[in-house]
Amino acid sequence: MNPTITKNGIALYTILRKEVVRFIRIWSQTLIPPAITVTLYFIIFGKLIGSQLRDIQGISYIQYIVPGLTMMSMITNSYANTSASFFSAKFSKSIEEMLVSSMPNYIILLGYLFGGMLRGLLVGIVVMLTSLFFVPIHIQHLEVFISMAVLASLIFSVAGLINAIFAKSFDDISFIPTFVLTPLTYLGGVFFSITQLPVAWQKLASLNPILNIVDTFRYGILGISDVNIYHSYTMVCFLVVVLLIWCLVLLQKGVGLRS
Amino acid sequence: MTALTVTNLTKIYPRNLIALKGINLTVSEGDFFALLGPNGAGKSTTIGILSSLINKTSGTVSVFNFNIDTDFEKAKSCIGIVPQEMNFNPFERVLDILINQAGYYGIPRKIAFFNAEHYLKKLHLWEKRHNRVMHLSGGMKRRLMIVRALINNPRLLILDEPTAGVDIELKHSLWQFLTELNQQGVTIILTTHYLEEAEFLCKNIAIIDHGTIIENAPTKTLVNRLPIKTLILETSTSIQQLPKLDNFICRLIDNTSIEVELLKGQSLNDLFMVLNNHQIQITNVQNKMNRLEELFIRLIAENKAKSA
Repeated sequence: MNPTITKNGIALYTILRKEVVRFIRIWSQTLIPPAITVTLYFIIFGKLIGSQLRDIQGISYIQYIVPGLTMMSMITNSYANTSASFFSAKFSKSIEEMLVSSMPNYIILLGYLFGGMLRGLLVGIVVMLTSLFFVPIHIQHLEVFISMAVLASLIFSVAGLINAIFAKSFDDISFIPTFVLTPLTYLGGVFFSITQLPVAWQKLASLNPILNIVDTFRYGILGISDVNIYHSYTMVCFLVVVLLIWCLVLLQKGVGLRS
Repeated sequence: MTALTVTNLTKIYPRNLIALKGINLTVSEGDFFALLGPNGAGKSTTIGILSSLINKTSGTVSVFNFNIDTDFEKAKSCIGIVPQEMNFNPFERVLDILINQAGYYGIPRKIAFFNAEHYLKKLHLWEKRHNRVMHLSGGMKRRLMIVRALINNPRLLILDEPTAGVDIELKHSLWQFLTELNQQGVTIILTTHYLEEAEFLCKNIAIIDHGTIIENAPTKTLVNRLPIKTLILETSTSIQQLPKLDNFICRLIDNTSIEVELLKGQSLNDLFMVLNNHQIQITNVQNKMNRLEELFIRLIAENKAKSA
């Protein structure tokens, strides 16, 4: 095999392994909280309040919120993994270990992304398994289910990395999740169908990428969606490309990393 | 072969702060090279650019003829960097840090472990391999930084003030280790504030001031260029007043110490003879300061006067 490919493969494996070891080691902060949060959501919104709500497009409310809650946890965790890990490395200056080495920037990018994606997907599995205690789930479109899970965790891993690149303090890495991600997620059809909104708001909501992700993911699991899934895939793929290029350019230029 | 070639290297920081004004530098393979200069002279900026932690404004840098812009991976794989400041994740364990660092260079874990064991034992850190970095002493962290820089078996080792803040015993053991490393063929570039360190270790020295190389010569040549040597003589008996000593510039420091400025061409024998004629017996002779330190201070002062 080409020695450069082998070297880069080892470098990629090193970052990925380090990332996985990190989030597994602190499993009580990374894997368990989503399971507890989602359990509370199922009890409160699914069982207590949900039992008094009517079905949405023929699906019980508790079933309806499973894809949204799963995706919400995946988004949050993918984002948190790359932003926290990369910023911590910046903060302790241990990021210099990577920057002085011979590995190219795209390997650093891929290493962190795969780490974030793995955590997001693992949390997604934990949440899905938790939901099985409350409601039976039969996945309707496996390819949509898997592809949207992978794409969503990829998008938010890159977004978290970009946030960490620009961040100058720990406050900066909690700003976007608090003031951008959370509102977009809650308004992104996790708990309701956008058909319940006035037409003007529906149009506005359809621009929210999280709504497109959640609804397409819902289509994968339950077979129902408020949005055109082809439109969603186009939007998501466009976002993936734009964010990846942006992130790579930032790393190449050394923004926030090199003076 | 040249280990490092720096051509017209310029660095301008924001707010038009000029750190490097087009410096040129060549370090031969196998050299032990010191880059000296006062604080803010541009030493760490130069090293930062070599290690790619600082983006240069213009100029070219080649490491073993690999351009760091166009042959980035090959150039970087030849370099090991020991930074001035600690840059560890304090929660990581010693061995993990080293094996991961090797991994970033594409070195398989098995070989990385072998390299780590070799250098950890050499620098007496093997027993600490499972400790978290935050539990190491300052001296241990310094040694760990050196081991980490060597984990990819670099041909060029760059050390930015490696002995800053370490005790004398450790300093001397590091000097010995670095000398051995250099004898094994590793080219070493060192920045330091301890000029005796540069004089003791380095074959060639460049002095940088205000972003310009003001001197670049073999250590011996530089030291011999010093026009005056200042000595402190200790006398066997107490002296109340210093007699006039022909051709020698002397002053009494205290009753038993004399400071003498020995010009080039003046010999110690002549000095002792003159002192002996005045019944002054000398029991000890020592340099007032390190010779290189004396030269360094002169050169920096000259450059300051020139700039003014």
